[in-house]
Amino acid sequence: MSLTRRDVLKSVPGLVVGFGLSMPGVATAARFVADMAETTRTDQLRAGGVDAWLAIDAAGRVTIYSGKVELGTGVATALRQLAAGGLDVAFADTRLLQADTALTPDLGYTAGSKTLQSGGTQLAHAARLARAALIERAAARLGVAADTLTSANGHVVGHAASSAQRLSYAALIADGIDRPLAAELPAFAPAVHRGPVGQSIAREDIPAKIAGRFTYMQDLVVPGMWHGRVIRPPTTGAFSPDAARLIAIDASDLPEAAQVVRVGRFVGVVAPDEWQAMQAAERLRLAWDTTMTVPAGDALFPHLETLPATRDVIRDTGPAALGSDAHTATYHWPFQSHDSIGPSAAIADVSPDGVHIWSGTQGVYPLRAALVELLGRDDIRVSYVEASGCYGHNGADDAAADAALLSRAVGRPVRVQWSRADEHGWAPLGCAMRMRLGATLGNDGAITAWQFDNRTPTHLNRPAKQLGAASLLAGQLARDLVPDTRHVGGDRNTISGYDLKAEHIVVNWLANRDMPLRASALRTLGAIQNTFANESFMDELAHAAGRDPLAFRLAHLHEPRARRVLETVAHAAGWQAGESAPGTWQDDGARGRGMAQLTYENNAARVAAVVAVVVGTHGIRVTHAWVAHDCGPVVNPDGLRNQIEGNVIQAINRTLNEAITFDPYGITSLEWSAYPLADFAALPEIDITLIDRPDQPILGAGEATSAAIPAAIANAVHAACGLRLRTVPFKRGALMTARREHSA
Amino acid sequence: MTYRLIVNDTAHDIDAPGDMPLLYALRNHLDLKATRYGCGLAECGACAVFVGRDVRQSCVLPLAAVDGPVTTVEGLAPGDALSPVQQAFIDEQAAQCGYCISGMMIAATALLADTPDPDDAAIAAALTSNLCGCGTHVRIVRAIKRAARMQRQARNAT
Repeated sequence: MSLTRRDVLKSVPGLVVGFGLSMPGVATAARFVADMAETTRTDQLRAGGVDAWLAIDAAGRVTIYSGKVELGTGVATALRQLAAGGLDVAFADTRLLQADTALTPDLGYTAGSKTLQSGGTQLAHAARLARAALIERAAARLGVAADTLTSANGHVVGHAASSAQRLSYAALIADGIDRPLAAELPAFAPAVHRGPVGQSIAREDIPAKIAGRFTYMQDLVVPGMWHGRVIRPPTTGAFSPDAARLIAIDASDLPEAAQVVRVGRFVGVVAPDEWQAMQAAERLRLAWDTTMTVPAGDALFPHLETLPATRDVIRDTGPAALGSDAHTATYHWPFQSHDSIGPSAAIADVSPDGVHIWSGTQGVYPLRAALVELLGRDDIRVSYVEASGCYGHNGADDAAADAALLSRAVGRPVRVQWSRADEHGWAPLGCAMRMRLGATLGNDGAITAWQFDNRTPTHLNRPAKQLGAASLLAGQLARDLVPDTRHVGGDRNTISGYDLKAEHIVVNWLANRDMPLRASALRTLGAIQNTFANESFMDELAHAAGRDPLAFRLAHLHEPRARRVLETVAHAAGWQAGESAPGTWQDDGARGRGMAQLTYENNAARVAAVVAVVVGTHGIRVTHAWVAHDCGPVVNPDGLRNQIEGNVIQAINRTLNEAITFDPYGITSLEWSAYPLADFAALPEIDITLIDRPDQPILGAGEATSAAIPAAIANAVHAACGLRLRTVPFKRGALMTARREHSA
Repeated sequence: MTYRLIVNDTAHDIDAPGDMPLLYALRNHLDLKATRYGCGLAECGACAVFVGRDVRQSCVLPLAAVDGPVTTVEGLAPGDALSPVQQAFIDEQAAQCGYCISGMMIAATALLADTPDPDDAAIAAALTSNLCGCGTHVRIVRAIKRAARMQRQARNAT
């Protein structure tokens, strides 16, 4: 467990390429060096924005030191494909070192489907640069011009088929260091499909997971570790420090081996054995003085309207007020859970010699920075260990802070395993939001003015240096803190992407200190909520204008790639003009289809979806989903399909079924029967069309699809039975209420 | 108390309270980590194991109530070999994070023991106690159908 940078990057000759993985445009340079360990010390690496590097050792092995982590989405495999393709080496000769503050550079978070977008292009570029440097060196060795040589699977060879010239990369690197060599390429070169790039390479992590030999964070054992559990206030998930005050602790019934740890309102137990720790947590009796700080469930949205807000005008090319002839609609999205199937776990070893944290965090450096402030010391190392699937800011960071406080108190390594109720109740939530839209239509049926106004908390309460302990649940409980976080994510995809001449787009940010429950990053941040509103409203306007929703969208959409995905999905689904005219209710099931499209973050992946539903007294069932997806070059088609399928299934369930429930004291949906995941009983058919663009920059892939699904479902429900659902989730009860109101 | 368990064909004596769930004996006493904690409430299937021929949720099965030999994912096939179900899950790349997959494979193995050619409804019924958060559902169903084909072919060949 005491792996050092020197162990990983051996003191051997190598070719090292430093590059800016998180910052495109950073000058990339390749160097042949005598001692890789010496060369890649962090202080040298960070010069000029270099934050990642690619190293080829004298055995020809390629290592990517990127600080990016595998979250169960296959990015580790895709990054290796890009390195192998750019260098022209076998996929098997590459590896990716996972994030560790002692070993890899600071790359912030692995999040937002951005790993390939911000990192993949730079990595492919760095790999091609290394290849160019090897060819240049071979040319000097052989006394020939570089343009007479090319690469072939780990070798530099002559272009001519008859050429006997052949030097392995390993030999070129190991052969002593003649002189430092620097080569530079233009800032952008497309990620050409070479070698494994563009191939459905099987994921490297899956065989071990299937064989039962994979060590998740939840499975990790550190010698000498004890087991901890945290006992939190009964006001589950309530953000306010006023929600519950700790009055008394009675530990008289605890097993003998268990120890109690208290720091402010943070209370935990530690025992040598996990079952003992669980028993101790059950038997510890805490007396709390509780206050109602959360609105009742159905009072949430009115409550959000009463909160003070910081107003951000995102776009202001149209009137702030529309006339009485305007079409208007208001949409709501609830608090949602992260749904990680394995509750968060972490291990901390806080000793006089230093602190070592093992965590499934999405960002080892930001977590480290927050822990430095929590623990008041800076000799902290954070190592990433892949945990159960993570779709945003779940409890992984918080569990690490829990373990740190417990380990510090008992002076030995402590593993903390959250319970199901901990994860459902205390992991940060996906944000509840309100979106209000208005528009006017001209005589020709075109949109003449568009107005968007939402209310949202920040979608980013992740650990951060400037927030310190306040960004960790343990810190919030220990010190009665609420983080004062900058505004992020609620504005994502507020801009519809249509060519609208007059737009007025406003985001009203709600402050953490006013929020009843703790929210943070969940798949797409605000894009899913805002796109649900924008694309539902486009459908409403199309019907108001008497136009087919496909033609109405295309009439307002001019960006070629966005048009292409929309036309592609419509063709794949066999969309018929006029088919979405609203149908009538049928108890035994009315069928309809709807569509939605978006350009994620207004500049990234283009996604369009058509879904088919059957709606009746049984509720809503999605029977078929078609998706067209353009994320630039497709690095791994099967991996991408896997991600799109997952996002379709998740987003259908988020739309139809998912909402946290709560009462004035806190969250009440603390297990799966109260917060159901998608089951296998009614799976839709999924048809995916990937539009591959090898000549374009790599864009993030995966979660963008989530954002297209909710409006497509709402529009399909309207087509099926004429009901317009504007509040997620579309549970059976909500559907039947809408039906009663419609027929009343 | 000491409890004698047969796990993956090997006998072990476990010194632990009888009310401790089997899950913790497997993970902490025997270092068999493929059986995972998901909910502790028998709702998600991440901890599913065989006790005899029955699928049991080990997170709620007290050690004292274990009444047969236990088989975990580590014991689905001898040594480094993979069972047809395991091979099919790899062939179909039927995992995202993979945390739920051990339980899925136990449920699938039980299904195919009794139903050599399951349809969608039979697969859904067999997986009613198994949850996946990543949305890998369609691949899991494909993998189970592939495993069924592999098993039928293997039987026909012998």
